[in-house]
Formats: sequence, structure tokens, C-alpha cells
Amino acid sequence: MSAQAAPLAAEQALLSVEHLTMRFGGLVAIDDVSFAARDREITAIIGPNGAGKTTVFNCLTGFYKPTVGRLGLSHPQKGVMLLEQMEGFRIAQQAGVARTFQNIRLFAKMTVLENLIVAQHNHLMRASGYTVLGLFGLGVYRHAEKDAVDKARYWLDRIHLTDKADWDAGNLPYGDQRRLEIARAMCIDPILLCLDEPAAGLNPRESHELNELLQFIRDEHKIGVLLIEHDMSVVMEISDHIIVLDYGRKISDGDPDFVRNDPNVIRAYLGEEEEEELPPEVAQDLSSRTDGGPEGRDDS
Amino acid sequence: MEGSIHYFVDQTINGLTLGAIYGLIAIGYTLVYGIIGMINFAHGEIFMIGSFLAFFVFLGLGLSGITWVPLAILCALVVTMMLTPVYGWTLERVAYRPLRGSPRLAALITAIGMSIFLQNYVQLLQGARPRPLQPVISGGIELMRTVTPDGSPYVVGLSYLQLLIIVLTVALMTVFTLVITRTPLGRAQRACEQDRDMAALIGVNVDRTISLTFVMGAALASVAGLIFVMNYGVIDFFIGFLAGIKAFTAAVLGGIGSLPGAMLGGLLIGLIEAFWSGYFTVEYKDVAAFSILVLVLIFRPTGLLGKPDIEKV
Repeated sequence: MSAQAAPLAAEQALLSVEHLTMRFGGLVAIDDVSFAARDREITAIIGPNGAGKTTVFNCLTGFYKPTVGRLGLSHPQKGVMLLEQMEGFRIAQQAGVARTFQNIRLFAKMTVLENLIVAQHNHLMRASGYTVLGLFGLGVYRHAEKDAVDKARYWLDRIHLTDKADWDAGNLPYGDQRRLEIARAMCIDPILLCLDEPAAGLNPRESHELNELLQFIRDEHKIGVLLIEHDMSVVMEISDHIIVLDYGRKISDGDPDFVRNDPNVIRAYLGEEEEEELPPEVAQDLSSRTDGGPEGRDDS
Repeated sequence: MEGSIHYFVDQTINGLTLGAIYGLIAIGYTLVYGIIGMINFAHGEIFMIGSFLAFFVFLGLGLSGITWVPLAILCALVVTMMLTPVYGWTLERVAYRPLRGSPRLAALITAIGMSIFLQNYVQLLQGARPRPLQPVISGGIELMRTVTPDGSPYVVGLSYLQLLIIVLTVALMTVFTLVITRTPLGRAQRACEQDRDMAALIGVNVDRTISLTFVMGAALASVAGLIFVMNYGVIDFFIGFLAGIKAFTAAVLGGIGSLPGAMLGGLLIGLIEAFWSGYFTVEYKDVAAFSILVLVLIFRPTGLLGKPDIEKV
């Protein structure tokens, strides 16, 4: 990987987010967040609900234009690309940032295989001479299409869906849809893969398979993975680097062990420390008030 | 005479010819509806412009002395299919793209406005008088012959023109079905239809895909225009209105959003019109066609092939 990277932050960063701020009217969804994600690493973004995690993804993938901030992606061939200045589809097409959603967004009426082939759209479009050659099934295109199918088959194999290749994607079981969505994202040949809660709704076995898939992607395809996740068993097991957001601010940044023991994180997540610090008489007072009807509850 | 099989075959051929025109226009409605969910009411005018362009090509070729029929038709086909899509593309770029994301009603009203604009544009440039064209192809194949009760011969024939229309329509529909089902462009169109944001996230240029959809629809409508001017020989600036509404009826009948549905709907509307004017009264043929629209909307709003699980375009 080239050393061509953002001047600030880590020199080796694949993605360097600097002073990202996103306001919606008076609401500050993200407030001056800076972090870096390296390639061949899984970087997890965690935080309580409403912390601004998905908003970060929306800024990275062109859904939102950040109010302030610089989103630099150092592409191995093309140098540093500023994502905040690019049109949505170019972020996928040229910068190589792929994304999945919290609520699955497969092309439900296409087959499983087609979902993986449509993700290789740009490559095939060029090879088909913008459709004309493809229509007549000419050599160059046929070759490119064979490659596309091969790549799709490779991923189908990897996510154990080869025997369901001709199913409509919408008819797959939930866990299969999750993995298919990741495979589809990989089919655009990304250098950064952004996953929004991939383990949501998975059972422990599926969740374990997901871990293996993500580790495989990191180790074999040598790309950066950015992960939003609530399931701490996933986060702690596979992340190399964790960023914690709370109310739109970054409150912690480091490896899993560091983050796990960071008092800021514990406070934000569990609120335990604060409660423990309360003098016993105050705690008692609070609990008695809670029992005392609506007014008391309002105060506490 | 009206009870005979000969008369029936005659009307069927007429209906298929008419249905080919409606079907080709209906595909434009259905493609655009599929991808951006709007009814492009200016599409009938695109068909009308296509027929005018074809008219001028034939006129120009006639004046310059090129009278070899296959060449003339090929020239007209190429020129109209090249130039008419420019109108379709511009229409999308100028009138519809700025309104993407605004309420449906805004796009619908704009479409009606563009329809009126294009009619007046042609009326200003070409005048309101109907333009006649000499028949381009004559002759045909004799299919059946019989004698009417009063002793005169009755010949059921398939003219070369009708043959050409049917062959051309089948060929174009095959090509476009292949484009939609087999090529990266078609795949991108189907992806955009299902989830435009997601399509952008896998690198599909959504704006360009939508533009190309308009271009494809306009290309087919232009062929319908070419067929129209050759078959009926008279065109004016207002032909797009009725043909457009009928084709829209066809698209709804077949199930709007469904490509095979548009073809089927077009053929059915064409046949219904031909049989109605053949067996009942020619004055009320439009009533017959539009009654179908009402009945479909009441009893089967999704159309014949418009089931939710059918692959749409």
C-alpha cells in the first residue's frame, strides 16, 4: 500500500476522517469527529443508539454532504480521493467504497447470482461497449461476463449459497441475505467495506459464520473494513481497532482492550460508574422518590 | 360477408398492425414507469415527432430521386431512431430530472405541459394542416379469395407493408427484451427500478441509466411513428395525443411496469379496436378502447401481467 496519505492522522491510514461535522438544522448529529481506518484491519464504530454511527456511513457513501470535514481515502493507484466532494455513485465506482445497510437492501426480485453480477456493472458495461457488443454476444463481452460469473461463483461458494444461486434474493432466509449483501458489496472490488450492523438479527451460529467471513475478507482480500455493530461478541472478537461515539462525539479510540477498559466508554455505555459514585443516602432518596408517583418520577 | 372467416382474418391483420403501433409506444410508458414511477404523458408526442421525422426522410429521399424501397425504409428507420431519442433525452434532462424527488403530481403536470409544448412546437414549425405521404410500399400476398353474395370477388391479403410492420415489431421487441434481460444496461435498469440508492452504491450511474431508458422508449416510439406514417399516409401535429392515450391504456391493460405486458396490451387494444370497427361501428372504436381502461382499473388494477412477483422493467 502506498505511503501517499493524508498529512494529518496516521500515515498508513486508508481512510482518514478529519473534523467531520454533520448538522441537520439545529441538530448536531456528528460533532467534530476525526479518526483513521487502516487497510487489512477491521475498524469498528460503536456507540449507543443515536450516537451518529450511521450518519458517519451516510457521509462516507455520499448520502449526506458533511457540513464540515474532510474524508480522505488513499487509493493505492489513484492517490488521495476526497469522498465529500464526490457524487454518490462515483464513490463506489471510482473510490471503491462499498456499503451494506442495517435493513437489508438486496435487489429482491433478482436472483442471487444476478445480485452479484449487477454489482460488477461498471466493469461489464465497459466490456460490453456500453451494451452494443453485449447484445450480440461478442467475444470481449462474453469473456468479461464469464469472469463476472466466476467471481460471483467464488463469493457464492464463500458464503455457502452456491446451491441457491437461482433463487430470488428476496426469498432467501434472513442470515443468507445478510451474507449475500456482504458478498455483493465485495463484488464491486472495494478497498473499503462499510458494514452497518451486519450481525443484527443473526443467531449465534450465523454470527460466528459472519465473523469468519469478515476475517477472511480482511486477511485474504487485504482491504479495510469499517464496521458498525452492537453485538459486542462480534466487535471484541474480530476488531483490530475500535472507535466509540456518543452523542455525535468521539469518546474513545484504540484497540479492543483499551476501549473495553476506558472509563469514558463504560460511563457512556453502562452508566455504572456514575451510579456507583452516588453517596448511599442520595441513592436511597432517589429510589424512594421513584416510588412516589408521577411527579417524583419526573424529577428523577 | 361479415360472418365469414375471411372477414375475420382481414380484421385480425388490421388489428395486429394497429396493435404493433400501440405496443411499441406502450413499451416507452412502461419502461419509464418502471424506473422512475412516473407516467410520461409527453411520450405520445415523441411518437408524433418520430412520424414527422420519418415523413421528412421519405420526402427528402423522394426529392433526391432515391426510390429503391428497402433503402428508403432503412434510411428512414436509422434517421428516426437516431433523432427522435434526442427529443426523449432532452425531455428527461430539461423537464423531469430537475423534478426528481418532488411529489408525483409535479412530475405528472410537467409531463402534460411538455406534451402541450411539443404539440405546439410541431404545429408552429409545420402548420396545422395534415401532411399526406404517397404510399411507400405497395403490393402484397394473397391469403384467401372468395366471392361475395352479389358476385364480386373478395380477397384477403397481407400487404408487404403489414408484413414489414409485424416483422419489424417482433424483431424490435426481441432485441429490447434481450437488452433488458441479458445486458449490463438492462441489469442496471432493473436494479434502479428496485432500489435507486442501492444501485448508486454499487456504482451504477443512476442518472445516465434513467436517461438511457428515455432514449430506448423514444427509439421504439419513433419506429411506431414510422410505421404510422407508412400505414396511414396522413399525419398532423395532433396524432400523438390519441395514440399516446391508447398506448397508455395498453400499458395499463398489460400491467404497467411489465415489458411483455406492454406488448400484450398493445396487441389486445389493437385487436379490440379493429374488431369493434369491423363488426359494430367505427365511430365508437375509441369508446371501446377506453372502456377497457376503465374495466381494467376497476377489476384488475395491476393489469394482466402486472403481478407483483412478475419481473418488471
